[in-house]
Amino acid sequence: MSEDVDLAIIGAGPAGLAAAATAARAGLNVALLDEQSSAGGQIYRDIERAAAARGDILGKDYLGGLSLVADLDSPRIRHIRNATVWQIDRDGSLTYSVHGEARVLMAKRLLIASGALERPMPVVGWTLPGVMTAGAAQILLKQSGIVARDAVLIGSGPLLYLVAAQLCRVGKPPMAIVETQTFSDLLSAGRHLPGALVGWRYMVKGLGLLHEIRKAGVTRFRGASEIEIAGTQMVSGVRFRHGKRSHELACATVLLHHGVIPNTQIARSLDIEHAWDESQKCFVPKIDQWGRSDREDVFIAGDGAGIGGAVVAALRGRLAALEIGRDLTAMTEAERDEIASRLRAQLRREMAARPFIDTAYPPFDEAMSPKDPVIVCRCEEVTAGDIRGYSRLGCLGPNQAKAFGRSGMGPCQGRYCGTTVTQLLAEANGATPDETGYYKIRAPLKPVSLGEVAALHDPNSEDERNDRAH
Amino acid sequence: MKPAFELLPRNASDPEVTVTVDGTGYDMREGENLAAELLRLGMSVTRRTPVSGAPRGPFCMMGACYDCLVEIEGARLQACRIKVTADLRISSIGGETEGALP
Repeated sequence: MSEDVDLAIIGAGPAGLAAAATAARAGLNVALLDEQSSAGGQIYRDIERAAAARGDILGKDYLGGLSLVADLDSPRIRHIRNATVWQIDRDGSLTYSVHGEARVLMAKRLLIASGALERPMPVVGWTLPGVMTAGAAQILLKQSGIVARDAVLIGSGPLLYLVAAQLCRVGKPPMAIVETQTFSDLLSAGRHLPGALVGWRYMVKGLGLLHEIRKAGVTRFRGASEIEIAGTQMVSGVRFRHGKRSHELACATVLLHHGVIPNTQIARSLDIEHAWDESQKCFVPKIDQWGRSDREDVFIAGDGAGIGGAVVAALRGRLAALEIGRDLTAMTEAERDEIASRLRAQLRREMAARPFIDTAYPPFDEAMSPKDPVIVCRCEEVTAGDIRGYSRLGCLGPNQAKAFGRSGMGPCQGRYCGTTVTQLLAEANGATPDETGYYKIRAPLKPVSLGEVAALHDPNSEDERNDRAH
Repeated sequence: MKPAFELLPRNASDPEVTVTVDGTGYDMREGENLAAELLRLGMSVTRRTPVSGAPRGPFCMMGACYDCLVEIEGARLQACRIKVTADLRISSIGGETEGALP
């Protein structure tokens, strides 16, 4: 039932794809597991199909993913599609399900390339149907050719502008962009400008997007605050303050975005150490320059190791694969370093604009410390006030909060509340996020049926499955 | 009211199959993402929460938030991870038992 590979990679986004190609070239046998039915991850979602159908709308950067997917064509790479990894054990065995059937794989090394999640943006009304992440709107466009009509975009950061520009390109410009970054954010970002000029391509790209948005006549409200989404059964509008004035816009779709954060679920399930990154306001796993974690056989690359974007993710994926290749004696240290030095030079250029972008487009304060009535845990409907109440009763960390009121115990397993709960408890208790900690993540990493678990231990399961299939 | 989402004109002639949602048949594009098709057809509410019966719909579209759960053949699955096939039958969760689910 199980099979052995040199390297198992979780996630077929830019980091996982680049790592798979590099490792295969070095002679390693690779299993690349991914939840989607086609390679690309979220950034290059469904790229092979979408590039032909909608490449003109999605832009040149998106098409850059095509060569990464083409490199998968190697006899040494097995691309396992629709695979949900739900358990990883210390012995290197990895349990995953494809269409409800559980399977096991043994790997000498593991590379986690599970990417990023949208930073949760808890504001009044963010659980209403019709409120989605900006990333979700991008996926709808890339994968399905579906666009929102008269959407209101709320938040900050380059992705918000990219989504707005893409909507403009298809003739459905958003009704407005309600931007949460302030003029003083831009001023403080100024000190990072000289460094950012090394990464000038990103800056030029950003200005280009803003130009497209302006040309389409989209209204931008910069420095907006007191943001609330209105509606009962679904979204009916957005209320906010801009300068001295209150505004109200009627709309059926709201797209939220104020940055992305590493998806650390898998690393955390392996007890890999994480630390709070104050500049990016999120937890990142502790790794060395090759992406190796404090568990020798486990590597992490891509946005899951710290936010850097698609190009950076691919570079980090290659670096990890090189070290894994050396580690498994598929290449010498000298061979590894010769390629790595070129990659590192490129990495420095690609990261140059990051401090400027992070400072100019910080997360929205009000959503980092929401008012009491705002729902924080979407699954179990736990509010910010509930969490603060737990603190008054002596709750020190997120794991205790679970016992107080079930936050983080619904099907999303804390993916969309974990960071907020840590921040709320840290603030209420006068502690740092590191002192406050994060949810303990346990297998199964995603909900699975009892049948899937049972089938793993049933010697007749193979026959049973065949019977069912016929 | 017009649905909040619409299809790009170039995709208007994609082949369709019939999918049953809560007993009613709808034309959806074959092989497309189920959550996307539900949104396109104006069905933005896919379930009600077990805690308060509040309405929810697709939020992240990447399999992480579980707000787009629907019931298919007795199993609760994420609509954003299902491909549309002919004769798919789905039901929304908590519709009849609003707020009364465990």
